[in-house]
Amino acid sequence: MSSVGGAVVAAAAAAAAGGGGAGTPHVLAVDDSSVDRAVIAAILRSSSFRVTAVDSGKRALELLGSEPNVSMIITDYWMPEMTGYELLKKVKESSELKQIPVVIMSSENVPTRITRCLEEGAEDFLVKPVRPSDVYRVFSRVLR
Amino acid sequence: GLPSPRRPRAGTGTSHKLVRRRRCSSARPARPRRNSESDAELLKMMESACFLRHVLEGYLDEQFCQVEDLQDEASPNFAEEVVTLFFKDSARLISNIEQALEKYPKDFNRWDAYMQQLKGSCSSIGASRMKSECMSFREYCGQGSVDGCMKSFQKVKREHTALRQKLEAYFQLLRQAGPAGAAPRPAK
Repeated sequence: MSSVGGAVVAAAAAAAAGGGGAGTPHVLAVDDSSVDRAVIAAILRSSSFRVTAVDSGKRALELLGSEPNVSMIITDYWMPEMTGYELLKKVKESSELKQIPVVIMSSENVPTRITRCLEEGAEDFLVKPVRPSDVYRVFSRVLR
Repeated sequence: GLPSPRRPRAGTGTSHKLVRRRRCSSARPARPRRNSESDAELLKMMESACFLRHVLEGYLDEQFCQVEDLQDEASPNFAEEVVTLFFKDSARLISNIEQALEKYPKDFNRWDAYMQQLKGSCSSIGASRMKSECMSFREYCGQGSVDGCMKSFQKVKREHTALRQKLEAYFQLLRQAGPAGAAPRPAK
């Protein structure tokens, strides 16, 4: 992925977050798979985002409670204990968190699942394996 | 407009990455050193690594190239790190499936759920042959075929072992070749 393009997206997001120079956008990545966490974090960092990667919806909510400046959440759909859909619902039900864009990832392309997530307020639904071009496309649209 | 996201990133560290073109035999050797013996040794290592990479193309798909593309000077060993995570994860999942096959006979839903996780991991690093065997196993689960599942699972394990051996050899060669083993980009 072009780091130039990614840096442009990150800069635009920083500007949108609170005026030019407000800081690097902070993305929260949620995935119970250590492999997928490593890959998505690397993709995001290569686009100049600041990344925190956690392994569960529960940890994601804990972090969201203590970290006020999360610009976007990207979460796996299928996770034990709390699915990405359930995390999405909790985010959208919270007055403090509902403005944070949420993107869902899944290894399965299930139309009903995609529809359900989009109806619940997800910005986009990415089918794994997620490519840098997917992240670029979605984030440039959502964070512009 | 914004540059194409697929263009290779400038300044990408190539210290642990050989030429990724399909025809590795067309890779040019590294800049000659003063010592002709170490030159010959380096060439031999590169040829072996290129050969291995060519063999790996039967086991890995484009996703592996995407993972290698994420390597840079800050994370020069990223691909190897991710592969290490994969084999740690996959060994655990295979063990879970093995136990489930024994403890929960004909529990095709459970077996399928475990194999779905393994398939997802394979997909993330581009382990296409292993992923294909995972999909066969899931098809047999869908058909309710115990025999099919058992045979398919053995194939999954064989592919897992073969892939591990080849990737270990590949990364070992890359480590041995070191920075001097990086092949220059082909001239335009």
